[in-house]
Amino acid sequence: MPVLPEPILRVENAVKHYPISRGVLLPKKVGAVKAVDGVSFELRPGETLGLVGESGCGKSTLAKLLMRLETPTAGRAYLKGHDLFRMRAGDLRRLRRSMQMVMQDPYTSLNPRMTVADIVGEPFDIHPEAAPKGNRDQAVRELLDQVGLSPEHANRYPHQFSGGQRQRIGIARALALRPEVIICDEPVSALDVSVQAQVVNLLERLQDELGLAYIFIAHDLSVVRHISDRIAVMYLGRIVETGTSDQVYLRPTHPYTQALLSAVPVPDPTARSRRQIIRLTGDVPSPADPPSGCRFRTRCWKAQPRCASEEPPLSQRAVDPHPSACHYAELHQVIA
Amino acid sequence: MTYSNPYQQQWPNQPAPAAPVVAGWDDPNRGGWDTPTAAWSTPPSRARVNQPRSGEHLLDVRDLRVEFGTRDGVAHVVNGVSFHVDPGETLAILGESGSGKSVTAQAVMGILDTPPAVVRSGQVLFGGEDLLTVSADRRRQVRGQEIAMVFQDALSALNPVFPVGWQISEALRSRRGINKADARRRAIELMDMVQIPAAAERVDDYPHQFSGGMRQRVMIAMALAMRPKVLIADEPTTALDVTVQAQIMDLLATLRAELEMALILITHDLGVVADVADRITVMYAGRVVEHADVHTLYAQPAHPYTRGLLASVPRLDHRGHGLHSISGTPPNPAAIPDGCAFHPRCPWAQQVCRMTAPTLVRIGRLDRASACHFPPEALDARLA
Repeated sequence: MPVLPEPILRVENAVKHYPISRGVLLPKKVGAVKAVDGVSFELRPGETLGLVGESGCGKSTLAKLLMRLETPTAGRAYLKGHDLFRMRAGDLRRLRRSMQMVMQDPYTSLNPRMTVADIVGEPFDIHPEAAPKGNRDQAVRELLDQVGLSPEHANRYPHQFSGGQRQRIGIARALALRPEVIICDEPVSALDVSVQAQVVNLLERLQDELGLAYIFIAHDLSVVRHISDRIAVMYLGRIVETGTSDQVYLRPTHPYTQALLSAVPVPDPTARSRRQIIRLTGDVPSPADPPSGCRFRTRCWKAQPRCASEEPPLSQRAVDPHPSACHYAELHQVIA
Repeated sequence: MTYSNPYQQQWPNQPAPAAPVVAGWDDPNRGGWDTPTAAWSTPPSRARVNQPRSGEHLLDVRDLRVEFGTRDGVAHVVNGVSFHVDPGETLAILGESGSGKSVTAQAVMGILDTPPAVVRSGQVLFGGEDLLTVSADRRRQVRGQEIAMVFQDALSALNPVFPVGWQISEALRSRRGINKADARRRAIELMDMVQIPAAAERVDDYPHQFSGGMRQRVMIAMALAMRPKVLIADEPTTALDVTVQAQIMDLLATLRAELEMALILITHDLGVVADVADRITVMYAGRVVEHADVHTLYAQPAHPYTRGLLASVPRLDHRGHGLHSISGTPPNPAAIPDGCAFHPRCPWAQQVCRMTAPTLVRIGRLDRASACHFPPEALDARLA
């Protein structure tokens, strides 16, 4: 067995509950929205972990927790051995240099009043110790060149760029501090198909050149498949199945993963008759009041009484050597 | 505090109910609203619509041109678009943002804001009648009643302060003049038809109480209330998760078949199109660059843009290295390149492409065309 490198990021049982309170004068906590409810995973240098799930499953909240844009309710997350969740502001700021984020919406994540040079160079203001000695403009131009933008554009404003170009600006900003981990929260969802491919290729090229590790969050399973080495499927704040890209996509054992994969439209009209879509009925239950036992049981066609009483752990199942949180895990190929 | 029931009151600023628009529509003896099958029977107003003569299409859009006056000059958003649909058929209009697909749909519906938009030329023939030249009253009759539309963002398309059932049946009350109790009953039937569970209990709920997929179903129910012959769905599943998207597309396909509607599906998603469309019209920079039946388009795309688009879609079943991408970005409609609008991004572009705009020419079989100077065989030969 090949020796795996030490994980650069290790998340243990991350939890984020948002309190629901009633009353104006004396607010009383009456419940909690369990957005992320015990998520653990590891990320190794240079690899891409794809995080998929329907809206409301907690994938974006998890990204914010890892960046400490939200305060976690419980759990631990070690970035290069330091606990992100228990760090004080000064130390946290220094540690954040190693982990940056690319946001979903390139239209709202760039300040319209700042020039591209200011946007891409702003991380150097916040982290002066990481700023390049000497000519900062030169560093900004190199960054722009690295993401495929013309350095002459440095003095323009975001509105002068198309969506794909803006996303490149966002990526250049994330690269400024030479991070080792980049969290990409739906980086291509707002882009057109032809431009989406350009940005995905750019992210892959940067990974090869700089040895970056990505956490790639998306609801588009085809894009995730394309870019990821490993996949984690989330449902209602928990990971229900995880494994290598091939394990999860070709040999899914959790019914939710199977349903999710089967519903992805295939751009091939000849596949219409061959495809078998597993139709999930209903919607994702409220994370404020998740079902007992297995959270997926209310929409699962295999649900048994045991599923309501006993929560299935995310553990290796006999059918395929990758973790799956289902009592009745079985192989079911959905992709031809 | 009490909330008044909108079923018991009028929409603000709305005149008191006039006599029924169509005599006899609300006649209890007609057996109309109570039985779902009878409810779908052809309402009397249909008699007024010219029945299409044989050989004519239900909806035939010819050489539609739409411009927008902007501060930076005139934006040529739709530049000579033609397509047609027949009953029971699904036509997909495929294009990226800025290709003019939504504006085309709005022009057909007659809901463009004019100004800034100007329909420069073209015809929208519905049953042989040109909707661009008819009176505003006639246009209003057709809109919603004969041609209806489902919008992309159901949350902003629905009114947050009225119950969904009230909104679904609004057209029935204002146009057919049916009474509130009947309207409410019809709303429940329509909600049942679009498979909203427990319709009778949910008819008085407000849009925010529904999930995204259920809201989209409400939109569909509202569009179908008048039993239109043509349904235009503008990116109906873009904001939805894949599992819900599959449900909504199924529903649209079922309803199209059951009600023998023509469905125009406007989308940028090649995956969704492959599942439901019969024919596809591909738009780029306000022009139709290719149209073909769905199987031909995916198997033998003729236009370089279609080829690039198909190659740039990541697929679950093909895991390859490096995704093909089309270089550059779609052009700004205020500054469309001369010649073929796609030439700056086209790997095959020649001098002729920069000089003259190619016309849409038929390739091989009937009803397949591409707007490229080079026939597909020539493109293939250059690849080899």
